[in-house]
Amino acid sequence: MKRVHYLAVISLGLLIGVSCLAEPITLTVTSRAVRGGVNTQLVEWLEDTVFPAFVQWMKGQGKDVVVKFIPFGGSDEELKQQYALDLKVGRGADILGFDGFWIPEFDAAGLVKPLDEIVGPQVWDWDGWAYIPQGMREILGYKGKVYGLALGTDVRVIFYRRDLFEKAGIIPPGSGLRWQPRSWEELLNTARYIKKVLPDVIPLQINAGTDMGEATTMQGWFMVLLGTGIHMYDFESGKWYGEHPGILDALNFYKTVYVDEKLGDARLQLISGGRARTFELFRDGKIAMLVEGDWFWRSVLAPGSEWAIPNRNEVVDWAMMPAKEPGAGYRGQNFVTISGGTGFILNPNTAHPEEAWALMSFAFSREMQLEFQKIEPRIRSRTDVPVVGDPVMSEMARALLQYTTVRPMLPGYPKISYQAQLMTERVVSGQMTPEEAMAAYAEALKEIVGPENVIVVKVK
Amino acid sequence: MRGLRKYAFKFFWGVFVLFIMGFFLLPLLWLVTAPFDAKATLRVAIPSKFTFANFQAIFRNTFAVRALFLNSIVIAGGTMLGVTLFATLAAYALARLNIRGRDILAYLLVLFSSVVQGTAAMVPIFLLLFHLKLIDTYPGVIFVLIGGLLPTGIFLMRDFVAGIPKSYEESALVSGARPWQVLRDVLLPVLRPGMMVLAVWSFVQAWGDFLISLIVMRSPAKMPAPIAIYSFYTEGGTPVLTLVSAYSLIYALPVVFLYLFVNWRYGFRFFGGIKGGGR
Amino acid sequence: MQKKPSSLVLSRSTGLIFLAPALLFIALFLFFPLVWVLIISFTDTTLTGPAAANPSFVGISNYTGLFDFSRWMRLGNFGNALRNTIIFVLGSAILGQVPLGLAIALAFHRRKGLLREIVFSLATIAWILPGVAVAFAWIAFLDRDFGTFNALLALLGLPKIDWYFDYPLLAIIIFNIWRGTAFSMLLFSAALGNIPPSYWETADVIGASSWQRFRDIIFPLIRSNLFTALILVTLWTFNVFTPYLITGGGPLYRSETVPIYTYRVAFKFFEFGKGAAIAVVMMTINFILASFYLLMQRRRVG
Repeated sequence: MKRVHYLAVISLGLLIGVSCLAEPITLTVTSRAVRGGVNTQLVEWLEDTVFPAFVQWMKGQGKDVVVKFIPFGGSDEELKQQYALDLKVGRGADILGFDGFWIPEFDAAGLVKPLDEIVGPQVWDWDGWAYIPQGMREILGYKGKVYGLALGTDVRVIFYRRDLFEKAGIIPPGSGLRWQPRSWEELLNTARYIKKVLPDVIPLQINAGTDMGEATTMQGWFMVLLGTGIHMYDFESGKWYGEHPGILDALNFYKTVYVDEKLGDARLQLISGGRARTFELFRDGKIAMLVEGDWFWRSVLAPGSEWAIPNRNEVVDWAMMPAKEPGAGYRGQNFVTISGGTGFILNPNTAHPEEAWALMSFAFSREMQLEFQKIEPRIRSRTDVPVVGDPVMSEMARALLQYTTVRPMLPGYPKISYQAQLMTERVVSGQMTPEEAMAAYAEALKEIVGPENVIVVKVK
Repeated sequence: MRGLRKYAFKFFWGVFVLFIMGFFLLPLLWLVTAPFDAKATLRVAIPSKFTFANFQAIFRNTFAVRALFLNSIVIAGGTMLGVTLFATLAAYALARLNIRGRDILAYLLVLFSSVVQGTAAMVPIFLLLFHLKLIDTYPGVIFVLIGGLLPTGIFLMRDFVAGIPKSYEESALVSGARPWQVLRDVLLPVLRPGMMVLAVWSFVQAWGDFLISLIVMRSPAKMPAPIAIYSFYTEGGTPVLTLVSAYSLIYALPVVFLYLFVNWRYGFRFFGGIKGGGR
Repeated sequence: MQKKPSSLVLSRSTGLIFLAPALLFIALFLFFPLVWVLIISFTDTTLTGPAAANPSFVGISNYTGLFDFSRWMRLGNFGNALRNTIIFVLGSAILGQVPLGLAIALAFHRRKGLLREIVFSLATIAWILPGVAVAFAWIAFLDRDFGTFNALLALLGLPKIDWYFDYPLLAIIIFNIWRGTAFSMLLFSAALGNIPPSYWETADVIGASSWQRFRDIIFPLIRSNLFTALILVTLWTFNVFTPYLITGGGPLYRSETVPIYTYRVAFKFFEFGKGAAIAVVMMTINFILASFYLLMQRRRVG
């Protein structure tokens, strides 16, 4: 009896021991993507290309890994909330699809950490860093530290319908000439002309209002504000602009477009789901000029999308957003744009930091990134991964990356961005004059970051 | 003259009924036309391109299908069972035991439940479930839903139970039945209609739950339908009308069937009201 | 050993056993979150940002921030949400669902048949359909360009109404009436059904008019049901969140009710301290209203 007992214990122990050894490591990746739904290209790339190749590679090193993608089909805000809850209690996938400008507030709450703190200094041994310039590192960076890797970055332009421009006679048909305004006045004059000649068409639509969220700040507010010569934040002094003639000029631009001359349809900016309507109207040729990000080109208008334009290369063209006047833009530029970016970070709670980092760096290797380019060509963070397969994207990158800037990566940014959206909303809806809206904005800023961090330059 | 008044009365009654029918019916029309239209818009129209393709597309999305046919049913079913059982027991106990201040208690509980079902209580619920190891589990969601629905459930049942005369139980006991027999053979059949209404109500509440599931569930395999519907949105955050309408229709049908079944079998009515009257 | 306990089927101990599961759930999933919410309403707790790691006690500043009278009526602030909610509750519950439910119950009182079944079923279906589904249906229904409502108006030769832009609050009021009338309808229908037939016979004999019947028979008998309906419907309407799915609280916060405001505060910026304060204020307002109704109900019951 005793011997059998002995045997049972040993075999049980062996079984457990062996199963522990043989236990494959499971890595999970999550992002706002669902196969067949939102961001399906990301899922396809990861599950069909990256994961199998990675598992293979790991096997070659004698490690048994299983990689799973956990889809999330809700909104960005819901995903952010899930992350906040999960990270707070030490859960969550090993690799998280993250928007760069969430990092400051998550870091301030102690929920995320820089890569080298999670994995160790060997993170810097990766050869990919040589191809990721400082600007790209900052997309998922904060206070000089790097938290993850960006899937790419983007720029913003004025998209316009060539066919409407040709119809209006702004571009001689078949000439191949491209339209490029050099100042706000030229831009507005084009809009006014279209309004006169093509009365059924909305000449210019530029984002405003709180419904479109960050899209308003990025595609709308920044594009106009940067043209007046200032940013929202003064990087030198570390303070935010609360009142400034530039802000007033920008607000007056909005007022001209939406209130005074009705060059744009204010209603679209104020109703729920207005952004989708602008896509629809642009597709149907009812909006002549739409200021949007390159995502609009590569995703919204792309073949197979809901708002796809079949002959998009013929009827859609783009122009750079001009400063108020040549040389009056941010950093003395003639043209302005701004870039954002999303990517992946490592979960500080991960049980397998080294393997997770191996997966992440693998996904961002040149080969894997080129594979992604085949599915979704865009501006990637690696300099050795050019935009392929889409000359329009390449041209945008070439023309605009020199003019671009980024949002200030600070915990207070999301709230201040919201105040800027609110400010535009108040002006566009006619609720407040630009002066009143700016005053309210400055007041709100003082509450968010403290009056000592707000710059007030009185307008004479 | 009297005849004319009566006629006018009937006329207005008819107009009123017509108006009411139209009022309740019209907004629903879109849900039954758009899903069958390959080019669905917000318009209600005979489908220009009649098709079942939207439904086919829905069923290809295994995540959404599982959400609806498994997760939502488990969550709503579990909640229904829990609320019906516990609320009935509690309502009966409250009605028969003379606990002081039970009325006030009932009202207070209903009041408190409104706070907990809102977004403000999101974090404590999450933390509580985390410590109970119920995150990302069906029981986690079900328990929270039960907790939130019980007060109103008890409140609704209480009136119903209070309306049942004690004479039923008294006579059964007098004729020698043991208490649990009384419960099973006398009370249960009498309580059943009310319980059915409670069951439908709690099922319906849980079926539509979004917030609690969002907080508690983590694996997409366990998310219920209201969350899964967002996978039919485009990257820009706008709904793809063909898919969303089809999914909404499928998602709406189970509760409709449940109601029709209960209504046909037991009659879906409230039974509260004045004591001492015939029915 | 009691020969005849206060209740016949239920001894006191059995009764408590019956109550136990419900009390357990309520204690755990109701009281605990409630207490927590109460406590953090006095702090600056957030989920992200610096305050998340080190929440601090801020006294009643969350509350005073809500009632900052110089600014609270600005669109997007608490006063605006509160005002919208009051109008919303008045319009859709007190002047909407409850009277309409009563009207339908009266219209079909003592009438059976197909018509009654259809009307009751339609109303009930509107009440029980999942929120997400009805939200989409209503977005389609009131759409300015494609909606059925405007299509009807066009048929009648009337101009289009831009509901979500011009009358968002009215739009959600109408929606909520549509959504919730069934409850009052069913409640009153049951109450009316419980009036003994002898009352009607008497009324017939003395030749009472419809109005007299209502005033002298119906109203007194259903009075307590009226208040029950009012309490519950008011409470539910105060806290209902579904309109968010239709208007998002907009445009420009013109249809933002307090639950939507709470959601915005708690979800967008994870300011749970503030969210908790709003929840407590809401509960207090609900409590005052409920007490008011209860008092009215108890008076003159003799």
